[in-house]
Amino acid sequence: MLFPFQPTSAAPPRVVITGAGIVTALGLGWKPNAEGFRAGRPAFRPVSLFDVSRQRVKTAAEVDLPDALPPTGLSRRQMGRLDRAGKMLLLAANEAWQQAGWKPAQAPAVGSSAFTRPEPPEGGTPNSSPNKDADDIPLVLGTTAGGMSLGEDYFRQAVQSPTRHRRQPTRAIHYQPQVQARMVLDALGFGGPITIISNACASGSNAIGQAWNLIRCGQAECALAGGYDALSLLVFAGFDALQALSPTVCRPFDARRDGLALGEGAALVALETLEHAQRRNAPILGELIGYGTTIDQHHLTQPQPEGNAALAAMNLACDAARLGPKDVDYINAHGTGTVLNDSAEALAISRWAGPRAATLPVSSTKASIGHLLGAAGAVEAVICLMALREQWLPAQAAFETPDPACNFLIVRQPRDAQVNVALSNSFGFGGVNATLILRRWA
Amino acid sequence: MSRVFVAGLGAVSPAGWNVAALREALNKGEPLPVQPLERPGGDKSLRARLVPAPATRPGFLAHPRLRRTSPITHYAAAAALDAVAGLRALRVEKIRLGLVVCQQAGCVNYSCRFFDEVLKDPATASPLLFPETVYAAPASHVAALLENVTLADTLVGDPASFLQGAALGIRWLEEKTVDACLVIGVEETNWILADALRHLDRTAVIAGGAGAICLSLDPALSIGVALETITDAHSYRASINRTQAARAMRRQLPASSTVELLCDGLGDSPRTDTAERAAWRDWTGRRLSPKRVLGEGLMAAAAWQCVAACDLISAGRFPAANISLVGSNQQAMGARFKQDRQGI
Repeated sequence: MLFPFQPTSAAPPRVVITGAGIVTALGLGWKPNAEGFRAGRPAFRPVSLFDVSRQRVKTAAEVDLPDALPPTGLSRRQMGRLDRAGKMLLLAANEAWQQAGWKPAQAPAVGSSAFTRPEPPEGGTPNSSPNKDADDIPLVLGTTAGGMSLGEDYFRQAVQSPTRHRRQPTRAIHYQPQVQARMVLDALGFGGPITIISNACASGSNAIGQAWNLIRCGQAECALAGGYDALSLLVFAGFDALQALSPTVCRPFDARRDGLALGEGAALVALETLEHAQRRNAPILGELIGYGTTIDQHHLTQPQPEGNAALAAMNLACDAARLGPKDVDYINAHGTGTVLNDSAEALAISRWAGPRAATLPVSSTKASIGHLLGAAGAVEAVICLMALREQWLPAQAAFETPDPACNFLIVRQPRDAQVNVALSNSFGFGGVNATLILRRWA
Repeated sequence: MSRVFVAGLGAVSPAGWNVAALREALNKGEPLPVQPLERPGGDKSLRARLVPAPATRPGFLAHPRLRRTSPITHYAAAAALDAVAGLRALRVEKIRLGLVVCQQAGCVNYSCRFFDEVLKDPATASPLLFPETVYAAPASHVAALLENVTLADTLVGDPASFLQGAALGIRWLEEKTVDACLVIGVEETNWILADALRHLDRTAVIAGGAGAICLSLDPALSIGVALETITDAHSYRASINRTQAARAMRRQLPASSTVELLCDGLGDSPRTDTAERAAWRDWTGRRLSPKRVLGEGLMAAAAWQCVAACDLISAGRFPAANISLVGSNQQAMGARFKQDRQGI
C-alpha cells in the first residue's frame, strides 16, 4: 500500500549507489565520460538532427547513438518504437542495472542471457548476486520532453497530411514518458511503480531525491532513478527564441558569459539501502546522503536574483546530510551560462559557503556537454560520483574571466584531488530547485 | 500512523468552474453536450467537451504571472483556489502548502502554437509561448498565485498517477515539511489531443479541466472526509497486463458493500473499459462514472473521480467510496475515502 505507510520506528537507512549509467555527447558509459569530464573536454558540434539554418545558434552537444542497442528483454518491434530519448534512457538504465548486478524478476522474453555487461568503473568488480525482489523496484525518472521527437512527427503529419494516419497511433502512445519508462521495465525484466517527475531542469535531481526518500521512508529497498532528455527541434527553437542560447561559447560563471548550450543524454543510478547492498556483497560506488528541494516563486524563467531558493535547497540538503560547507569538497553547479542563473547561483553558493567559498572548488560540466534539461541533474550526480570514486575534480571546459560575483574557485584545469563529499545543484524553469549531496565510499 | 483528512475540494470541468457545477452535472447523469473542434487542414471536425467560458472573468487572471498563461493554468488555478478556500476562511493561509500537479498531456495549446510557428519559421517563433509549453509551468504559476507554497512537484503519467501525487503529498505531510498539500489533476484540450485520442479510442470524447484535493493531518481542517487507503501502483509490463493490474488493485481495496460508492473510470468504450469492468465485476454497491458525463479528461478525470466521491461523502450521501483508476498505459491504482466527522 502506498498509504497507510508501513510504520517504521528505525532511523532512516543509509542509501548507497551500486550502479550508474550515463550517456552524453562525451560517450556512452562510465569510462568515456569519466575521461572526458576529467579533462574538461567540450563535445559541441553543428546540429545534425534537425534544420537549424534559421536559428541564431547552430551547435549543440549531440550524442552518437550506437548502431544497435544491447540485447535486452525488448523485442525487435519494441526496439523499433524507441525514439532517440528512449534509446538513451535504455542505454543508461541497462548500464546502471548491470553494474549494480541486479537480476530480473523473471527471465525477460528476449535475449536475457545475452545482456552485455559494461565495464565496471575503476576498482569495481562485476557482481551477479540476485536482487531480493525485482518485482518491486521503483523507477523514478525525470524528463522535460519525454518522446518529444515523436510528438513533433505526429504534429507534422497531422498538419501536413491530415488524412494519412500511418504510425500516428504508435507516436501518440510512445511519446509519453511513462510508456518509455515501461520499456525499461520490460527491457530489464523488473516491476515496480513508475514515477515521472517533470520539474523542468531540476527533474533529474528531483527523481533521484524522490527515490532516496522512498528508500529512507521504508517504501522500497532499491530504486532505479535518473533523468533523460533528447535534443528536439521544439526545445532547441524555444531556447533560441528566448535568446538563452550562447552564440559563442557556453562559459558558466564567466564575466562575458552569453548563454547556455543545449545537449542531450541520460543518467540513471541504482540506489539501495546499505544493508541490502552489503547483504548481497555489492560493490558500492558512493553514498547519497542529502537532498533538498525548494520552489522559487520569483518568475517562470528567472531565478530570484539573490538566489534565496537555491540557498534554501542547499541548506536543506546539508541538514539532511548533517554537514556544512566546510565538509564539502566540490560543487557541481547548475551553471547554465546564462547571465541571470549564474549570478543568482554564485550569490547562493557564496552565501551558503561563507568563508569556505575562497577555497571551494566549483565547476559547471555544462561547459562540456551542454544543458541536458531533465537529464542534467542525474548526469551531474553521476559526474560527482565519478569525482568521488576516482578522486579528481571535473574541469570546466570554458572559463576565462571570472564574474566578480564568484568568490569561489572555478576548476579550470584537470587535477587530482581528495574528494570526499560532492554537492550538485539543479534549478529548473518554473522555479523548482534541487540539491543532492553524495559521499565517497571508501 | 497519522490520519489524513480532506481539507478542501476544487473542480473545473465541462460542467463549469466549481464543485457545485460538477456535482449538478453528475447528479443529472446525462452526458454533457459535445462541441466540434476544428482540425487544421482536416475535412472532418473533431469532438470535445470543452470547459465553458466562465460567467465572469476570474479575478486571479489579474495576477501578473497569469496574464499570458494558457487554459491549463487557468483550470489549475481555479481548482486550487476552490480547494484552499476553506483554509483561507480559517485564516490559516500562512501555513506551508505543498503542491503536486499531475498531468498526462500537459500544455498542448501553447506547444502546438509554438511548434507551428517553429515549422513556419523558427527565427520568428514567439519567445513568450515557449515557457508555457513546459509541464512545470502550471505548478509554477499556481505556486506564485497562492504564495504560501513551499514545495512543489509536477508528475506526468497516466491518470492513475493522480493517486501517486496524493501519496507524495501525504509523505510530505508525514515528514512535516508541509502543513497541507494540494494535489491537482489538470488537462487542457485542443484539436491535436482530440485527434490523438481518436486514433486510440474512437468512442471517447476528449475533455479538459481540473480537479483538486487539499490534504491535511489536522482534523480541524477536515470537510468530514478522510483518506483511508491508497493501493500500490500496479504497473503494466510484459508479464502483467491491464486486466491483471486492475485485479491486483481491486484486491487491495475492501470487499463490496451495498451502502458504499464505487467511483470508477469507465467511459463509453467497451475495449478500453474491459479491464476495469472485469476487476469490479463483483461490486454490488452504487457506482458513479464521471467520464460518462464529462468526457475523457485524462488526469483531470482522475481528479474529478476523487473530488466527486469526497463531495458525496462530505454531504453524507455515502459513508465511504472506492476510487478505481485503471490508467491507459502505465498502471492501475485505487483509493478509499471515508466519512470522518472528527474535526467537524
